[in-house]
Amino acid sequence: MSENFEPVIVGFLCNWCSYRAADLAGTARLKYAPNMRPIRVMCSGRVDPQFVLKALRNGADGVMIAGCHPGECHYVSGNIKALRRFVLLKKMLRQLGVEEERVQLVWASASEGIILAEKVDKMTAEVRALGPLNWNKTVLGGNGHPVVKAEPVAEEV
Amino acid sequence: MNEEKVGVYVCHCGTNIAKVVDVVDVATWAGEQPNVEVAREYKFMCSSLGQELIEQDIKEKGLTRVVVASCSPHMHEKTFRGACERAGLNPFLFEMANIREHDSWITDDKVAATQKAKSLTNAAIARVVHHQPLEPIPVEINPNTLIVGGGIAGITAALELADAGNHVYLVEREPSIGGHMAQLDKTFPTLDCSACILTPKMVDVGQHANITLLTWSEVEELDGYLGNFTATVRKKARYVNEEVCTGCGICIEKCPAKVLDEVFEVGMGTRKVIYRPFPQAVPKYPVIDKENCIYFLRGKCKACELFCPTEPNSIDFTQKDEILKLQVGNIILATGYDLFDVKRIPQYGYGRLKNVFTSLEFERMVNASGPTDGKIVLRDGKTPPASVAIVHCVGSRDENYHKYCSKICCMYSLKFAHLVHERIPDAEVYNCYIDMRTPGKGYEEFYHRLLEEGTNFIRGKVAEITDAPRIPAEEGKLVVQVEDTLIGRQRRVPVDMVILSPAMEAKPDSKEVSQLFKMGCDFDGFFTERHPKLDPVATMTEGIYIAGACQGPKDVPESVVQGAAAAARVAGLINRGTVMMEPVRANIDQDKCSGCRICNNMCPYNAIVFHEDRHVSEVITALCQGCGTCVAACPSGIITGAHFTNDQVFSEIEGILWDVRPEKVLA
Ligand SMILES: Cc1cc2nc3c(=O)[nH]c(=O)nc-3n(C[C@H](O)[C@H](O)[C@H](O)COP(=O)(O)OP(=O)(O)OC[C@H]3O[C@@H](n4cnc5c(N)ncnc54)[C@H](O)[C@@H]3O)c2cc1C
Ligand code: FES
Repeated sequence: MSENFEPVIVGFLCNWCSYRAADLAGTARLKYAPNMRPIRVMCSGRVDPQFVLKALRNGADGVMIAGCHPGECHYVSGNIKALRRFVLLKKMLRQLGVEEERVQLVWASASEGIILAEKVDKMTAEVRALGPLNWNKTVLGGNGHPVVKAEPVAEEV
Repeated sequence: MNEEKVGVYVCHCGTNIAKVVDVVDVATWAGEQPNVEVAREYKFMCSSLGQELIEQDIKEKGLTRVVVASCSPHMHEKTFRGACERAGLNPFLFEMANIREHDSWITDDKVAATQKAKSLTNAAIARVVHHQPLEPIPVEINPNTLIVGGGIAGITAALELADAGNHVYLVEREPSIGGHMAQLDKTFPTLDCSACILTPKMVDVGQHANITLLTWSEVEELDGYLGNFTATVRKKARYVNEEVCTGCGICIEKCPAKVLDEVFEVGMGTRKVIYRPFPQAVPKYPVIDKENCIYFLRGKCKACELFCPTEPNSIDFTQKDEILKLQVGNIILATGYDLFDVKRIPQYGYGRLKNVFTSLEFERMVNASGPTDGKIVLRDGKTPPASVAIVHCVGSRDENYHKYCSKICCMYSLKFAHLVHERIPDAEVYNCYIDMRTPGKGYEEFYHRLLEEGTNFIRGKVAEITDAPRIPAEEGKLVVQVEDTLIGRQRRVPVDMVILSPAMEAKPDSKEVSQLFKMGCDFDGFFTERHPKLDPVATMTEGIYIAGACQGPKDVPESVVQGAAAAARVAGLINRGTVMMEPVRANIDQDKCSGCRICNNMCPYNAIVFHEDRHVSEVITALCQGCGTCVAACPSGIITGAHFTNDQVFSEIEGILWDVRPEKVLA
């Protein structure tokens, strides 16, 4: 791990709460780690586990999924669906050897710019401590598993 | 690969972005990315010149896609979509990269910020190539409006809309409308009597054919969206039949039980257990306070029922809460404010030192129909004070409590000084202030009037209020310890009475209310407007507006302005009749659906139906709200979420990771 490793984290932020929390953090000029790169989705329920895997495969060191607090989803319960999927996804990632801290689900309401900023700072520090993910090596090449030998599989976009 | 011509526009936002992000570098770099036809940077993309730049390029260079890297899409997505549309490009072939709120405003690290700006811009470029032209969906606006909160802001909004011929439901939590203004005596700077200007408006509301007034009621649930909301309202049992009650007040007179009035009289006076908060209350029907009613407590009394002269009797001990479902197109929230709890500053002695009062207590005291009939007296109820200190900025402009300036307290503190001079001409009055803030028409003049009336102004923050004397002159007095910063010395001012002017703060339940109505509130709990300057009464949620002190500290004239402004916004929508909604909706490919029904239970709106005959599921577009939960759940990947398709998001992910992608992305 290089000394000045800065992790890249992809954030999937729901349009109604977390994206606005991030807007508010900016408007309030809160300073926090610029490592999280946000992608807007209408609801955390839209976050397909494939999005997370895609980001990790494409070089992200971590993925943050952020939505409204349980019970506050703009679409009633999308975030609960996101939570259920997240639990399964985590199980799978654990089996692949991806550390727990690399994929996080957080809740931040539109008024919680501070909370969102704090969560990003915390996650950035955690992933920084873990070092780069390097999916091709860690997941496909580590733990004695052979790196996929065949032609790189074209992605099922 | 798509052959698209993308135009990329990087905004400086004055220096808001350009100070941290190297916008020239971002634009030059963007110009070299695949599909990008032209990339420019410009001072203010949202200005008309900035927009014209886009329009011109679309026309002259034949752009098929547009990306603007600037502020949050919640700020200007509409603006730029408009520019595209004017130049003949479908507005949905546009994408925005948020390099201000999410980038330049959150870091001082120029290198990291510029890198992030490139990532976000590149994500937008990668995504926009996959965008599809979409047509907005027309939605009809239900002409009825719900207004929550019957203070002066809510009253104004209700009257404006109702006078223009629209139906309004006004929901107020307390037994009467009026809000804080009903508690005030005189109003600055003109000192007209609050009740005299408020009561006629309240009566208008009560009698208006277009207003359904629901007091002693609260909104419990909200469903729907702009144009078609359904609000579930609980109308609490009054135990008084509004159909027959004439509001004669005999029941109140005869009721044998008295309790301290903690709400309207802020603990300064008593009320009966069957009561109206104040004589001019609207509506006039009283309420029975069940908690303290002798009949409800002990099963005996019913004095009110006994003396009620109406036929049939208006008292109904069996009344139950009613649940109403209101269909409305728009909602205005005017839920007002509360005052900072002065007990949180123990060194000011409130509660411990009996002659320390709060501002609202003083308002009630000076009010001719208040508990002391308008006489300014100490807690003993008879002694007029010979000296009064008024403490400004209690809990406001204070790092430990509220950082903000509560804006109206200087003015009402001056008003108090005037009222003391008026009622007790010999009294010495001390106003301890940090800075005198009197912007407003006639406000500074009012301050000068007080200077002439002989008020002692001490510039300094009060450190402590104590009853421990150091010299004989302080014996039996309240001593205000304050550093007079104009003479640079500590002073101890002995007085008989202290009035604390606490900050206006958000209602304790403002967060829950903002969640119920699916809009935001800020760190302090005040509701967040769509734009702090240009859209002060709209919220981020279409169809929900805010007015009055629920948005931030405000005096009566400003609350009235906002009430009227919110009403005008709603009236505009009602007038239009139909508005266009974002076409972000799900769609199931009927040919490929395997009929597994996994999506059926995902939808919170029951917008997915299953056709038993064809064994496929289908989305009812009119019901779908576009959350995309079903899209993510479909195991065959054949549900498309318009404007958030898998293609679009996958490309966005690739684009955002342009600088860290491994050479070969393996499965
Ligand atoms: C001591 C003092 C003196 C003042 N003197 C002056 C003055 O001289 N001149 C001046 O211009 N201004 C003065 N003000 C300011 C004035 O009180 C406010 O500007 C004004 O009352 C704000 O009106 P509003 O309608 O926004 O809020 P409010 O008056 O607070 O009304 C809000 C209403 O909404 C209701 N409500 C709240 N939540 C809900 C809910 N969830 N559901 C249903 N109903 C709800 C409340 O019961 C209330 O009736 C003074 C304020 C104070 C504290
Ligand atoms: S809209 Fe925020 S999680 Fe559903």
